[in-house]
Amino acid sequence: MSMSEFFNMGGYAVFVWTSYGLAFVVLLLNWFLPYQEHKQNLKKLNRQFKSGQSRQETRNNDSRT
Amino acid sequence: MTPARKKRLSLIILMVVGVSVGVGFALKALNENIMFFFSPADIQAGKAPENKDFRVGGLVVEGTVARPGEGLTVEFDLTDNDSIVKVKYTGILPDLFREGQGIIANGRLNASGEFIASEVLAKHDENYMPPEVMDAMKKSGQKMPGMSKGI
Amino acid sequence: MFKWFVKWFHRFGSPPYFYRLAGLWLPWLTGLFTILLIGGLYGGLVLAPTDYQQGESYRIIFVHVPAAWMSMFIYMVMATCGIVVLVWRMKLAEVVLSCAAPIGASFTFLALITGSLWGKPMWGTYWVWDARLTSELILLFLYLGVIGLYGAIDDKRVAARAVAILAIVGMVNIPIIHYSVEWWNSLHQGATVTKFDKPSIAWSMLWPLLVMALAFKVYFVISLFQRVRAELLHRERNTRWVEELVKS
Repeated sequence: MSMSEFFNMGGYAVFVWTSYGLAFVVLLLNWFLPYQEHKQNLKKLNRQFKSGQSRQETRNNDSRT
Repeated sequence: MTPARKKRLSLIILMVVGVSVGVGFALKALNENIMFFFSPADIQAGKAPENKDFRVGGLVVEGTVARPGEGLTVEFDLTDNDSIVKVKYTGILPDLFREGQGIIANGRLNASGEFIASEVLAKHDENYMPPEVMDAMKKSGQKMPGMSKGI
Repeated sequence: MFKWFVKWFHRFGSPPYFYRLAGLWLPWLTGLFTILLIGGLYGGLVLAPTDYQQGESYRIIFVHVPAAWMSMFIYMVMATCGIVVLVWRMKLAEVVLSCAAPIGASFTFLALITGSLWGKPMWGTYWVWDARLTSELILLFLYLGVIGLYGAIDDKRVAARAVAILAIVGMVNIPIIHYSVEWWNSLHQGATVTKFDKPSIAWSMLWPLLVMALAFKVYFVISLFQRVRAELLHRERNTRWVEELVKS
């Protein structure tokens, strides 16, 4: 099997590779976005604790519950 | 488990049973509408709607695919191994369309009982295997599991 | 044995314990996922033979079927968490329930799109309203409903209980999806692997499919752990363990 034959997928290249491409994007996003969120949460909390806010204060300042 | 938890759990079970029964009845009532296609036998028995588009599903009878004249018009017989209906269609056929293949056609019957299709879809079976294995199975006369089920 | 399980269940459900455990597991799971993914892709795209009927187009099966399995599996995980939320009021189950929904929705979306891309060349259409396709679309709406409802209620403990009910009620759709191709005439073919009969697929095609399915399962755990960790930090930001964790 040659390389071009492989990429041609028997004439179904558009359908096959679009499927795999989409799967890749979905998996990547579902990994990267939570990773990013976790990192940012850590950073944010670090800033809050470093700036000397007590735990009581953070509780009052945050509108989200 | 504490009594409070037991109560909550039984409430959940009650809710699930209730919803299941409700959905079950709804699906039963809608059964006709959920059926995706009629078989040639259904048409023979007069179950298919008249003057309204509906779908018919079956196997293309081997040796009946004809292309009268130029262009994309094609005629073939469709069977469910019980009754046969003649189908006429003008348009592009899916890649899987071939003799012996399960197909589903959308359209309506004309006065002479022929099915004038406006769309033809191919239905493939749930078997996946390399061509050599398929040939070997055909040669040994082995019937494939679930082949053409539901048609 | 049962006592031991209850003890473990409560410990596992404690946020700091789970946060640390998930963090320890993540690199290993990521390694395992990478190995499975490479093996599955190589098996599916290179080693698996051409199909007798569908030619090369059938190779979409290696993403479509695992995605569709995951879409149902994650929903069952969600509904199970829903029961734990309603009966035991466990905080971790609330977090897992809300974090699983977006992952499940993505897999459902992926199953629908890849199925449509497979349907066009083989069936001749991107979409039909047959029982299988319609019930899978309803599953996507159930996921979106869970995400929307959870986001709409500000008190997250109340929100978790509300979506728990939705998740449990939506469970009736799961058997409908699975048996839709048996109960009704449909364009979609019957089950290939998940039936009591012998699977009607050649072994050389089956093993890459199973490896990919396993890879997707591991991936779900990775994505879920990541989300749960982020959410736990936020929810428990006023507790001592988070403060100690951040300061260390």
